Amino acid sequence: MSPEVISASAPVDTSKQPGRAESRARAARRRKAVVLVARVLLLVAVLGLWEALSRAKVIDPFNFSMPSKVWDQIYTWITHGTALGSLGEQIWVTLQEALLGWVIGVAAGVVFGIALGRIAFLADVLGPYIKVLNSIPRIVLAPIFVIWFGLGPSSKIASAVVLVFFPVFFNAFQGAREVDRNLVSNARILGASDRRVTLQVVIPSATSWIFTSLHVSFGFALIGAIVGEYIGATKGVGLLVAQSQGTFNAAGVYAAMVILAVVALVAEGLLTFAERRIFRWKASDSGH
Amino acid sequence: MSADTSPAIELRGASKTFRTPSGGLHTAVRGLDLTVGRGEFVAVVGPTGCGKSTTLTLVSGLEEPTEGEVLVAGAPVAGVGDKVGFVFQQDATFPWRTVLSNVMAGPRFRGVPKAEAKQKAREWLARVGLTAFEDRYPHQLSGGQRKRVALAATFVNDPEILLMDEPFSALDVQTRALMSDELLELWEGTGASVVFVTHDLEESIALADKVVVMTAGPATVKHIFDIDLPRPRKVESVRLEPRFIEIYREIWESLGEEVRITRERGAAHVA
Repeated sequence: MSPEVISASAPVDTSKQPGRAESRARAARRRKAVVLVARVLLLVAVLGLWEALSRAKVIDPFNFSMPSKVWDQIYTWITHGTALGSLGEQIWVTLQEALLGWVIGVAAGVVFGIALGRIAFLADVLGPYIKVLNSIPRIVLAPIFVIWFGLGPSSKIASAVVLVFFPVFFNAFQGAREVDRNLVSNARILGASDRRVTLQVVIPSATSWIFTSLHVSFGFALIGAIVGEYIGATKGVGLLVAQSQGTFNAAGVYAAMVILAVVALVAEGLLTFAERRIFRWKASDSGH
Repeated sequence: MSADTSPAIELRGASKTFRTPSGGLHTAVRGLDLTVGRGEFVAVVGPTGCGKSTTLTLVSGLEEPTEGEVLVAGAPVAGVGDKVGFVFQQDATFPWRTVLSNVMAGPRFRGVPKAEAKQKAREWLARVGLTAFEDRYPHQLSGGQRKRVALAATFVNDPEILLMDEPFSALDVQTRALMSDELLELWEGTGASVVFVTHDLEESIALADKVVVMTAGPATVKHIFDIDLPRPRKVESVRLEPRFIEIYREIWESLGEEVRITRERGAAHVA
């Protein structure tokens, strides 16, 4: 800590560190740029190949379409609207159904998961039934929901809910089960009631489990809404897919897929942002 | 009222049997008789895995004895009481709470208003020297600092009985000595009765008024030694005193035998 020590070590630092640190930083930046360029090249190559093969009629352009036509389709939808109305409205309808289904499915999954994780009696009674329900391929429920709830949004919300519920439920259940015994004992010693233990120990420690499932499950909610719309609806991106298919418009199907991918990516980005805010208490290296 | 004259902790013929995952029965503690007076600092030593920790969980009310009685302040233990504080071997700070919020947890769980809890928590954080760290999360602290948070979080509840399960065993040697001194300082102000479980004989002699030697599992009391070293003690200097070494030798004679038994059993298991 004496000044001599500092001045003695300082020249060593200035002579070596900055040069090395700078070259290291430069190398890192270069690597980033190379990765980015390679990514873009790959995309251009795949799309270009598709376009070229399709134009050269190596693959049937009617069935496989081509990127330029897909882009034209998206452009037409944006500027002139779709046969069902404006494109924004279709996306909004689908997004609303997916979001509502997701919220309901997540809420139910978390509540049931935590409840069964905490109350052994409930888990023992309901466990087998939940396993049976989980083994049903839930996508086949979508037609039934259309019969039950009609062509409106509720049938799509229902199929989104059943898709979302199970992964969230199982993660919340696991999260509640794997709570550190020490933390629970500690909370009880400090004076926490059972309710407090659940709210202030079990749920916070299960959040990282629950969040893992949220990422996957929003995708599931979109799938539920789209499949529901595809089977029978009056509006939505799923119906766009069905209509494009009905008129042999391959570009339309691809265009709808691109739109869905963008929607899913934006939702994923928002979730990651929320997660970062919520998990400030975690060591940054264990977060990813 | 007998509560005034009765000892802080009394175990009478307490036994605890667990069901193992394979379906067998494991007796951790058998026929345990132990009395801890008010304000007394008792250290419990014994071979690893002999059931020392089980004794603490019985006193805390986290577990019930299979047989026998456990009394705290003259009354039988029924569930977790509000007189008891427990410092665990592993980290038991809540990772999603800040340091201040961790120390506030106990009073808040017990219904103390927020402002008052915060003030009490700040006082204890000052006493363990973590005032500057109150907004940090546990993962941003060192092992010793996290232990200090655990101590503050325990002491803030004003426990009459303080149970400690090898609290410093995960720390490095220097930090451990510092923490032991700090513990003695904190404890001397409170008048709490302490049961301190450890496998470190030196630590137990340096800290305690009484050292209880347990037998190889199932644990029961083998010998109780009174430690007549004067207080206040400093852990690093007290261990150099001739009397300390004398006591050490005496207790080790008793403890060493149990350690040997445990080791031979372990060898038999392997063979």
